[in-house]
Amino acid sequence: MAASSTDAAIAVTRLGLGARPGEIARVAADPRAWALDQIRPEGAPQPAGPFADSGQRMAAFLDYQGDRGQRAGASADAEAVRTARQAARRALTDDTAQAFLTRARLGATTADGFAERWALFWANALTVSAVKFDSGAFIDLYEREAVRPNVFGRFADLVVAAEQHPAMLLYLDQARSTGPDSPAGTRRKVGLNENLAREMLELHTVGADAGYTQADVTELARALTGWSIPRPQDRQAAPGRDRARRAALAVEPGPNGFVFRANIHEPGPRTVMGRTYVQRGAAQGEAILRDLARHPATARRLSRRIAAHFVSDTPPETLVARLERAWTRSDGDLGQVARALIEAPETWTPQPTKIKTPYEFIVSTHRALDVPPQRIQPLRQALVEMGQPPFAAPSPEGWPDTAADWAGPDALVKRLNWARTAAETARTADIAAAARDALGDRLSERTRLAVARAESRTEALTLLLMSPEFQRR
Amino acid sequence: MTRLTLDRRTLLGAATAGMGLAFAGRVAAQTGSSRAKLVVVIARGAMDGLSVTIPYADPDYVPLRGGLALAAPGEPNGALDLAEGFGLHPALAGLHQLHEQGQMRFAAAVALPVRIRSHFEAQDILENGGEALRQREDGWLNRAIVAAGGARLQGLSIGAQTPLILRGDAPVSSWAPGGRVRGEDRIASLLQDLYVDDPMLGQNLARGLATEALVADGSGQTVRRNDVEALGRAVARLMTGAEGADLVAVSLDGWDTHAGQRAQLQTRLTGLDQLISGLKDGLADQWPRTIVVVATEFGRTARANGTQGTDHGTGSSLLLAGGGLKPGGLIGDWPTLADNRLFEGRDLTPTLDIRSVFKGLLRDHMGLDRAALDTRVFPDSAAEAPTLGGLA
Repeated sequence: MAASSTDAAIAVTRLGLGARPGEIARVAADPRAWALDQIRPEGAPQPAGPFADSGQRMAAFLDYQGDRGQRAGASADAEAVRTARQAARRALTDDTAQAFLTRARLGATTADGFAERWALFWANALTVSAVKFDSGAFIDLYEREAVRPNVFGRFADLVVAAEQHPAMLLYLDQARSTGPDSPAGTRRKVGLNENLAREMLELHTVGADAGYTQADVTELARALTGWSIPRPQDRQAAPGRDRARRAALAVEPGPNGFVFRANIHEPGPRTVMGRTYVQRGAAQGEAILRDLARHPATARRLSRRIAAHFVSDTPPETLVARLERAWTRSDGDLGQVARALIEAPETWTPQPTKIKTPYEFIVSTHRALDVPPQRIQPLRQALVEMGQPPFAAPSPEGWPDTAADWAGPDALVKRLNWARTAAETARTADIAAAARDALGDRLSERTRLAVARAESRTEALTLLLMSPEFQRR
Repeated sequence: MTRLTLDRRTLLGAATAGMGLAFAGRVAAQTGSSRAKLVVVIARGAMDGLSVTIPYADPDYVPLRGGLALAAPGEPNGALDLAEGFGLHPALAGLHQLHEQGQMRFAAAVALPVRIRSHFEAQDILENGGEALRQREDGWLNRAIVAAGGARLQGLSIGAQTPLILRGDAPVSSWAPGGRVRGEDRIASLLQDLYVDDPMLGQNLARGLATEALVADGSGQTVRRNDVEALGRAVARLMTGAEGADLVAVSLDGWDTHAGQRAQLQTRLTGLDQLISGLKDGLADQWPRTIVVVATEFGRTARANGTQGTDHGTGSSLLLAGGGLKPGGLIGDWPTLADNRLFEGRDLTPTLDIRSVFKGLLRDHMGLDRAALDTRVFPDSAAEAPTLGGLA
């Protein structure tokens, strides 16, 4: 059936990460069911371990920080401390790099391409970036612990898990933000940092045009004080020390390494976007965040972002409205929103419009060639050159998402260079078959002919990878 | 001593005083190798102007900044004197040398026409040149090329992605270090056959390969990613010769200093200084016809925050450097940091619309006419006159 085989090619390339050999033929039986079946309450697939869990990673991170603290002191061992600190830093960086490779391998092999794309979308919508070393140390855990398990559940649960994760608290400077009237704030000259509060409103939930003011940002920042991570000192607070001091320093542990520090929390009720919150402790910030997550502006903004990511840089308003309706009716059930995206007729227009991001381009190449990436270094270099270094989104807004962002003159030269290298090293024997397998009905007659007439396998494969229908989805 | 005090001279009725921004080298026609060049450096993340052009003579500066305050000129690690009560951050030694040669000026309190504290929205407005968000989908530097007649000026962005400021109807190029396939390779022409129905891919690939060839011809060397000075020289090579770029956009990231600001700014400003120094070296005899402008989307809070950093603010600094600049000092007025002068009680109050400076550069340096600037390059901006003082 022609319609179904076209839909299969659309499903696997537009909603997934590109086709592996034989995949389009398998999906053709029911392309929509292929995607719908990936909506599972347990969330998106997890990369294969073994990984450090957040407890182990936090211990390594605190060791690293503890070393940092000692640097100023014991000068006799300054060199040894410096060496240990560098080793600890390298170990954390290596863990993150390895985790990135594992994620790319999952992308290159999974049969659940839609769930993987959906998870990557949410990780980007709620960006944490490794451009800061401290947040980079937790970024892979962030995706595995906060994002992947929650992408088909309620958005409110996803966003709470994301904002409370150590990666986010470190990335947006929340961990040390101190209420001026808190016990610690009145003793020392420390204060608020409103970075997380602002991005929570602007980028993670309602958006900048939702009508909030600077006063709302500051109030939210006050409510969030106390959201923090463990410190080396917490471990050193041995039993037997002054009880009052221990009580003051006590922290309430939460999921994934989150701790609440009453000691730095700004006391009192807070008013954000016209509502007053009288809760005490960590519950106050969470209550505000849950209201922001359920705000109509959040549904509207993120529905548009989903449509723009999966379907078109300028998505049809009908599609945006469909997603928004599904969001509102289901009270932000992301599984229902995903279902609406899959069932929307606008999702299945045959003409590919979106330019793949560098990551999508590279992963889809690995899928087409049926060879998962083996080493992090070449993968990292390719992504750096194409403008999307691993885990290192340039800002809290996340990676950009339009053709103009990814297909500029220099970026295309870098894609061509990489494609030729990939083509030179690939062992694919039958490039014509690889083209049919990768693109199905989306393979144009022009590209098919160019591949058939190429003077070498390298040339044929380079043409396939750089063809408009492989660059777009 | 020209220690012009930061007093009420600056406040009201200063529409003309101190607004002289004029350029030495205006030419009626841009010809051959002596064409005017403009490099726009966008400091993304909100550069803390109060740490770049330091108002050390303002009595409120040190009390507001506390541990983030930089020392006055003459003190250990002190600012580099710019006269008029301002000093330059000590990491900007190269820029300061240019200042001493009359090739560097600054505005101390500029801002966009709208008051917002979102990086992304503010960068969009800075780059598209409108008065409100999403007013335009293209950038003012690209529209300047169109307004100048399209083919006369060549645009170039540095980095794998074309920033909004250079997006639009005029075709522009982009370049970043690296590269391997050459334009004359067979694969390049085969791909053009594949791209007949996809003009965006076809045009962009052709332009990218052409730029790559230009760099290779100039040096035969590649530029290491972290070598900012070499990057400056490579960009300079792309600006020289008959096909050289005239309008260039470079982005420098990492200015969002919410915590640990001192060390971060030291690194960022050192990079900025090296970039400009590399441009100057590389441009050589083109430098006298060049102006570099460093702009950011907004400034940062006047007070230090609780984590040795600063949060999103309003007014910030703008830097100009280049041999094409007419000597002079401060552009615009200093609002002071007095409590009752702070915007919303927390930010440096802007005294100058940043578009005025851009318009001054495009008119007096690049030779665009006022009507095009008021209506097309910066739509509906007639009320904001280009900052100028006539030609030398």
